[in-house]
Amino acid sequence: MPRLSGLQRDVLSLYRACLRAARKKPADTRANFIEFARREFRANASIDRKNFAAIEFMLRKGQRQLEICSSPGIRNIVPR
Amino acid sequence: MIWTRGVASAAAEQSFVPASKTSTVKEPTDEPAAKMKKFHIYRWNPDAPTEKPRMQTYSIDLNKTGPMVLDALIRIKNEIDPTLTFRRSCREGICGSCAMNIDGINTLACLCRIPTKTTQEMRIYPLPHTYVVKDLVPDLTLFYKQYKSIQPYLQRDTPAPDGREYRQSKAERRKLDGLYECILCACCSTSCPSYWWNTELYLGPAILLQSYRWLADSRDERKQQRKDALNNSMSVFRCHTILNCSRTCPKGLNPALAIAEIKKSLAFA
Repeated sequence: MPRLSGLQRDVLSLYRACLRAARKKPADTRANFIEFARREFRANASIDRKNFAAIEFMLRKGQRQLEICSSPGIRNIVPR
Repeated sequence: MIWTRGVASAAAEQSFVPASKTSTVKEPTDEPAAKMKKFHIYRWNPDAPTEKPRMQTYSIDLNKTGPMVLDALIRIKNEIDPTLTFRRSCREGICGSCAMNIDGINTLACLCRIPTKTTQEMRIYPLPHTYVVKDLVPDLTLFYKQYKSIQPYLQRDTPAPDGREYRQSKAERRKLDGLYECILCACCSTSCPSYWWNTELYLGPAILLQSYRWLADSRDERKQQRKDALNNSMSVFRCHTILNCSRTCPKGLNPALAIAEIKKSLAFA
């Protein structure tokens, strides 16, 4: 595996945090959460790796979404 | 007597002719020459994060616009570009929503007059060193989180002596003048270089002013805890008396003085 830059590691750790948060969700909707996270990351995978401002913005947005979605009150999510 | 008066008023009504029939002269319409002024406004759209922020130029006629920058912004949004985004609410400098960087100075758009010189072009940016939500809207989440961390409410254990109100003398109340007027617009905090470099740890002038507002309050009984929470190298002592906060405050308050008072009370505790 190649050496990852700090930003790449941040993206991966956000993805892992999303998957980990999904494990706390009820078993029947867990797949939806995982699918949602996958699609969000997939949709933005085409951002140029040198476009730091955009990646950092998407990271902050992702953190915010994760914070909201990981509250126990949210039991299901519709992957778009 | 009554009868004669009735006749007179009836005669007056008969002789009345509408102005449109008597006036033959067309009044010249007073249309002054257009005073076009250019506004360069920071634009950034979160829905297209790969695009770089850019400056967009609008020119509007000052004769048809109100005197303040906020009037110009609202007019641009209404008539030229509905996608322009900014916060505004009270339009009279009491809500602190429209704080932005206008011609290099953090101020409220509703309290900032447009310079009438049309050769000068205006430049409007969001508050510096904040994450941008969209166009001129800054993300103030951290600012509010820090405000929450100083516990900005009255804390007491002993009840009021008369069981009704916590009374203050006039002199005690006077200590709060120049502190309670702060509207938390974040103009001062975002103009402070020290806050730019230590946003996470240094509380910043606006929050410290509020902090001192509760330290100066004669009714509050948790002064020691409040001081202990501030007594570290980051919270207060990142203030290097740059005084940008006092220069920029759109309400004319003096956060630097409040910070100095906090430092003094910590030093002589």
